[in-house]
Amino acid sequence: MRSRTGGRPVRLRVRFTKRGKVRYTGHRDVARIWERAIRRVGLPVVYTEGFSPRPKVSFGLALPTGYQSDGEYLDISVHPGASGEPGVFDGVGPTTGTQLEPAGLMTLLNEALPVGMDVQAIELNDDRGESLQQAITTCSWRFEIRDFDVADATEAVAKLLSARELPSTRLHKGNERSDDLRPAVHRLEVQGTGNDGAVLVADLAAKPRLVRPSELVSILAPGHEMAGAARIHQWIETDGARREPVPFDATPAPHTEMCAS
Amino acid sequence: MKVPLYDGPLPMTLRSATDATANDNLWPRIEPLLMRVQKPARYIGCELGSATPEHSDGKISWFIAYPDTYEVGLPNQGIQILCEILNERDDAVAERGYVPWTDMTEQMRANRVPLFSLETHRAAGSFDIVAFNLAAELVYTNVLEAVDLAGVPIRNEDRDESHPIVMAGGHAAYNPEPLADYVDVFVMGDGEEVVGDITEALIGWKASGKPQYSRQDVLRELSKIQGVYVPAMYEVTYDGVNIAAVEPRHADVPEMVLKRTVADLGEWPYPKQQLVPLTEVVHDRLNVEVFRGCTRGCRFCQAGMITRPVRERPADQVRTMIQDGLMRTGYDEVSLTSLSTADFSGIERVVGDTVGDPLNCGQVSVSLPSLRVDAFTVGLAAQVSNARRSGLTFAPEAGTWRMRQVINKLIVDDDLFGAVESAYSEGWHRMKLYFLTGLPSEMDDDTTAIADLAKRCVEIGEQYTQKASVTLSLGGFVPKAHTPFQWFGQNDHRELSRKIELVRGAVGKNRRVQLKWHDSRASLIEGLASRGDRRIGRVIERVWRAGGVFQEWGEHFNLQLWTEAMEAEGLSLEWYVTRHRHEDEILPWEHIHAGLHKDFLWQDWQDSLAGHGLEDCRWTPCYDCGACTEYGVEHIVASPVPPAGGSQGTGQDLTIGTSVPVTLSGRPASAGARA
Repeated sequence: MRSRTGGRPVRLRVRFTKRGKVRYTGHRDVARIWERAIRRVGLPVVYTEGFSPRPKVSFGLALPTGYQSDGEYLDISVHPGASGEPGVFDGVGPTTGTQLEPAGLMTLLNEALPVGMDVQAIELNDDRGESLQQAITTCSWRFEIRDFDVADATEAVAKLLSARELPSTRLHKGNERSDDLRPAVHRLEVQGTGNDGAVLVADLAAKPRLVRPSELVSILAPGHEMAGAARIHQWIETDGARREPVPFDATPAPHTEMCAS
Repeated sequence: MKVPLYDGPLPMTLRSATDATANDNLWPRIEPLLMRVQKPARYIGCELGSATPEHSDGKISWFIAYPDTYEVGLPNQGIQILCEILNERDDAVAERGYVPWTDMTEQMRANRVPLFSLETHRAAGSFDIVAFNLAAELVYTNVLEAVDLAGVPIRNEDRDESHPIVMAGGHAAYNPEPLADYVDVFVMGDGEEVVGDITEALIGWKASGKPQYSRQDVLRELSKIQGVYVPAMYEVTYDGVNIAAVEPRHADVPEMVLKRTVADLGEWPYPKQQLVPLTEVVHDRLNVEVFRGCTRGCRFCQAGMITRPVRERPADQVRTMIQDGLMRTGYDEVSLTSLSTADFSGIERVVGDTVGDPLNCGQVSVSLPSLRVDAFTVGLAAQVSNARRSGLTFAPEAGTWRMRQVINKLIVDDDLFGAVESAYSEGWHRMKLYFLTGLPSEMDDDTTAIADLAKRCVEIGEQYTQKASVTLSLGGFVPKAHTPFQWFGQNDHRELSRKIELVRGAVGKNRRVQLKWHDSRASLIEGLASRGDRRIGRVIERVWRAGGVFQEWGEHFNLQLWTEAMEAEGLSLEWYVTRHRHEDEILPWEHIHAGLHKDFLWQDWQDSLAGHGLEDCRWTPCYDCGACTEYGVEHIVASPVPPAGGSQGTGQDLTIGTSVPVTLSGRPASAGARA
């Protein structure tokens, strides 16, 4: 697919947060929010072909409704600017006639997104790279268990980790599925006490399927509710090392860079 | 159907009304409930364009609610318009509310969390005014549910100065009587100006600290504002089962309540910031109102009758609102709303300009709600089809020409076929056709003709595309107040079901025609509420106490709750709904004036039974229905040249392009001469 200037589309890989009230929107809501934000900013996104063209945007692993996140990802396919400079785009719609540059683009996107959804970093890379869904292998989570104290949590965690298998049944698209959760639990620790109960952190597998902390809570503390759940990292693991799709240093640095990878 | 075992909603009491901090921001108490319910995004607010109003003692606070779920209520333009207008004022503040779904209200009652607003999550009961937009009658039990969830007594007589004033407006408010004991104040007509009048009237009362026993006095003051109806100021007396009189209790209370009419829509370019929700809602696109009112005079249509006269928005303002709105919201679809959008004088230019604007990158589609077939031309079809298409909707309403004369929707079969062919030839695949059944003087041949029309439309479509299809949407006719059909006895649900079956049989196995229909039992109860009187209020209360909320939702509607409530109150469905009414009867809504003279309506009812039609008065002589002369307002049109070459059968030469003189004519005018 060629752009107006004849250049191949570039892929913007965006890392953003989902915090506060906006966490109660679902994955499809997030897709719609992004679509409108892109249109308001006038980013020259590539549209799909066919009868009902849609912006070419693809998301990483879905975040369940009600969870916060310190790092979600999406890939946007964008027409490169006429100038040929990497990371500089020619605005369309409301920004027709202007050039969108990296820092300006981040600011515009943040203004266009709801409170709690903030762009942390944007990476410019090859349109043909691996998709986010294929690349992510594990996720780190933080969550609380309502009315469950640290002592009980510590005991339950030890018991879970010492088990050789953890059978679990869940409903998936109307059918019951059973599998063994134990291999999916790479790390599980009690961190302290939060607003509602014990705070735990966990590293859970995303392949062959995304395992959620709520599944652990049913085993650790049956009858108790999970609260304040958040996804804190998504990891690509290769050869024993792991990295995030787009790194972001959480220490205060209000700007972040667009980098070619 | 199982009647739930339920002895009434758990009583909800607010924390002390003076405990401001407890009522200010309920979010910390709401949040823990959200993971236990479906679609928690209904309760967070955070829409693009939503306000962050600052409350103060010097401002009258309005909680304006749509009595249905968030998905249905959010797009409602009326509420958005009023909230913007009030928040622009120094002496007022407004926030929105909707009715939580049953899973959430269960959590709220169990955890003592009252109904809250969405902008600041403030307790509804802590506002000065709790107001509802009544668009439909089956939501009445939701109104009671919302008032109760707010911690406010549901009956007017039980409220005191510590409680908000409960108000209601919207189309269903034109027969306010069923809710007369539950709503303190009704507002008739356009709300833009009257909300300012009400605010000013209440400022002094609030500043004085709302002294004890002052509530009745302040309601009496409000009743002096034009458009405001305070039921407590009127006494209804009965003569047996009939209404004997509806009389004001005080000399300074008007005998008839006249609606408010905004003369110039151009002065009210609202909403300036249409809300864009974070989650899925109905009508999820930019909506721009192009005109109010309607002059076609279709006899079944309450909306058309009560919103007269026509007031068009200037075409330039429409264009600006579309452009600014699209830029600001990021929507890729805009809907031009009104009762008959293809009649808007500037329609083709506006659509063409929108679709063709380079700033829109060819990606914006324009949708026009339910279209009149005699105004939908090939030219318009071509414009609208330039970008992506939604389906196209037409509303022929009746199956035969004879019936259309009865209901005064003067379009012939060829008009429908022409419009449908225009659409298919420009690349559309799917048509939706709206029809009513149970109309006055309808015979079975008229009913089955509906199916024939739909099948013929599909045949036309098949000449252009393999994918041609028609969705046939069939509703049972419910006669409404302030229309010529207000005396007509509604078909009961068995008769409506029989007619729907007739259509289903006539459609047969034709896979290209998809038939959808409304539950005729729900239509029966809609009829009860829409032409009921004050005695029906107790029926509504009983249904609510039995758990009958969300009656407009198929999964919750329960006829048994209603029939049992009617029986307990000693009232007859037959008397209220299916009986033909007499000319000399006092109708429960007669003291509410929508601008139409009662004798005009009665005469039009007689003309209908004789099969006479009346042409569109926007372009032809006036019939003195009362709407314009009463208010000293004329039809305001954006352009003097009528669209689509002129209205049906007028015989006037409209190519001259100058204004058409308005002259009063004798009655009745003959129906269009076309076969």
